[in-house]
Amino acid sequence: MKKIIFAFAATALMSVSCNKEVAEQYNVNKNAPLAIEFDNVVGGSNLQMNTATYTNANNESFKVTMLRYFVSNIVLTKTDGTRYTVPQDSSYFLIDESTPETLTPSINVPEGEYIKLDFVLGVDSLRNTKDITLRTGVLDPTGTASGMYWTWNSGYIFFKLEGTSPASKQTNNVFQYHIGLFGGYATKTLNNLKQISIDLSSRGVAKVKTGKKPNVHLLVDVLKMFNGSTNVSIAANTVVMASPYSATVANNYQNMFQHDHTEN
Amino acid sequence: MKYKFTISIVFISLLSLACSKEIAQVFEGFLKPSNFPEPVYKFENNPITKAGFDLGKKLFFDPILSADNTISCGSCHIPSSAFTQHGHSVSHGINDLLGNRNSPPIMNLAWTTSFRWDGGIVDLDLFPIDPITTHVEMGETMENVLKKLKNSPTYKGQFDAAFGSGEITNQKMLKALSQFMLMCVSAESKYDSVMRKQQVFTKAENEGYMLFQNKCNSCHREPLFTDNSFRDNGLQPSSLNDPGRMMITLLNEDEYKFKVPSLRNLTYTAPYMHDGRFLNLEAVLTHYDQQVIQSGNLDPILINGNKLGIQLSNDEKTKLLAFLNTLNDKKFVTNRLIAE
Repeated sequence: MKKIIFAFAATALMSVSCNKEVAEQYNVNKNAPLAIEFDNVVGGSNLQMNTATYTNANNESFKVTMLRYFVSNIVLTKTDGTRYTVPQDSSYFLIDESTPETLTPSINVPEGEYIKLDFVLGVDSLRNTKDITLRTGVLDPTGTASGMYWTWNSGYIFFKLEGTSPASKQTNNVFQYHIGLFGGYATKTLNNLKQISIDLSSRGVAKVKTGKKPNVHLLVDVLKMFNGSTNVSIAANTVVMASPYSATVANNYQNMFQHDHTEN
Repeated sequence: MKYKFTISIVFISLLSLACSKEIAQVFEGFLKPSNFPEPVYKFENNPITKAGFDLGKKLFFDPILSADNTISCGSCHIPSSAFTQHGHSVSHGINDLLGNRNSPPIMNLAWTTSFRWDGGIVDLDLFPIDPITTHVEMGETMENVLKKLKNSPTYKGQFDAAFGSGEITNQKMLKALSQFMLMCVSAESKYDSVMRKQQVFTKAENEGYMLFQNKCNSCHREPLFTDNSFRDNGLQPSSLNDPGRMMITLLNEDEYKFKVPSLRNLTYTAPYMHDGRFLNLEAVLTHYDQQVIQSGNLDPILINGNKLGIQLSNDEKTKLLAFLNTLNDKKFVTNRLIAE
């Protein structure tokens, strides 16, 4: 019995010291890096571009030759509800499956434990109207973003998936999904910007602290672009760009993101 | 002999003095004509300087902006044709490829709220990326343009003069092109002189002006002679079936709508309409008088009871043409400052 009490006391002491340690751990006035890994997959398989064959809900087989999308305006929420908005100029990322170093962008956020990750899939309307000198880095329509920008319809392409499929009647059986449109300038048009919100509480909060390298690992399932509330058929909609049907594609792909785990 | 030589030296130096004085006087920067409204271009993001303008002018007429180094901006926007490709119904790009639409004039762009016949581009600084990269126009990539500019022996100095020393960037290139294009201001027509009380219309011109105010001014609004809106003016769609503004907005109500073009410098800018289908102004007036078709989005202004279009007698047409002729700006199309 004495032993039990002792063990209990020891545990209590330990947990107290643990709590104390946790409380002391974070300096909210100090920023530390947080990585977000965009691990692109197709259903239960890793995405292998150009080689692997996949099948969508319409039973159409396909290969992927290109996958690129913009992630921007990242906001993180702490356990206590405090929200941190990453400064806009450091909050635009172009995820490109063919360029491995783009798949795990890193941001700097105040130390602490984060339970929620929010971002915009695409480039917000404000940035779509900025002066050319403010469109640098991944937003440079004359450089890195040149394939992700409609020159004739001023605006960024948010999401681009290209590949081949026997279901396509196009030359070389290609299919192309280039989804953009931020709502228009003078005339109100389609808005395909998607706000993505990811709960980190069940599969691992992100513990940001100087000297550590936490990594929020997301699985991004390309198949969700095809399979959703409306199943997108490659045969029926082989090429989707600036058209009303782009809304259907965007409504599907907003469900691509799923939190798998966090490495702290 | 020696005397003669000295005289000629003196003469030459006098000449060059006079010349340089003239050049120094010519560049006055951007001036708003007194009968024009405030410009819409954000000059605070791109103040016009002589060096920036000179660089923009060099770029505008330089074929290295195209994939095979054969076509410059000036190829489809010829200064003596008020910066259009006179005689071409649609623009003519590299490898003899043809575009879908007629090259619009480059004039008074500081007052233009959107670009292209469908208004798809909203910022002049972003505009040149479109023709430079379009397959049937200059067919080049911006990355490659930058490479060519960096490899050029002459551009570095001009970029430094315009934007301070530093790396050549596409952003600087686009700003310089804007500076040149913004300086292409056409405001020296007879109409402008009349508005500034320096001249008077003839009787026919004046009657034409009355007709214009009565029948045309609601879309071709003075003094720029466009209200920058998009309208379906009742043209029979061609086999190409160009949807116009609908390409940009995806709205059915914008099908077959195109930007209202300015009526300035019509003498130099034939053929007319977005696809260059009308070779002369008589054909344009005949369209409005007799050929307007009832499409779903036909502009309500062109529906008068059960009559479509704008009814014009031959006498009225003659007078309208007399007035339109006062909108031609010879000084603009012969201005050495903006000519190649």
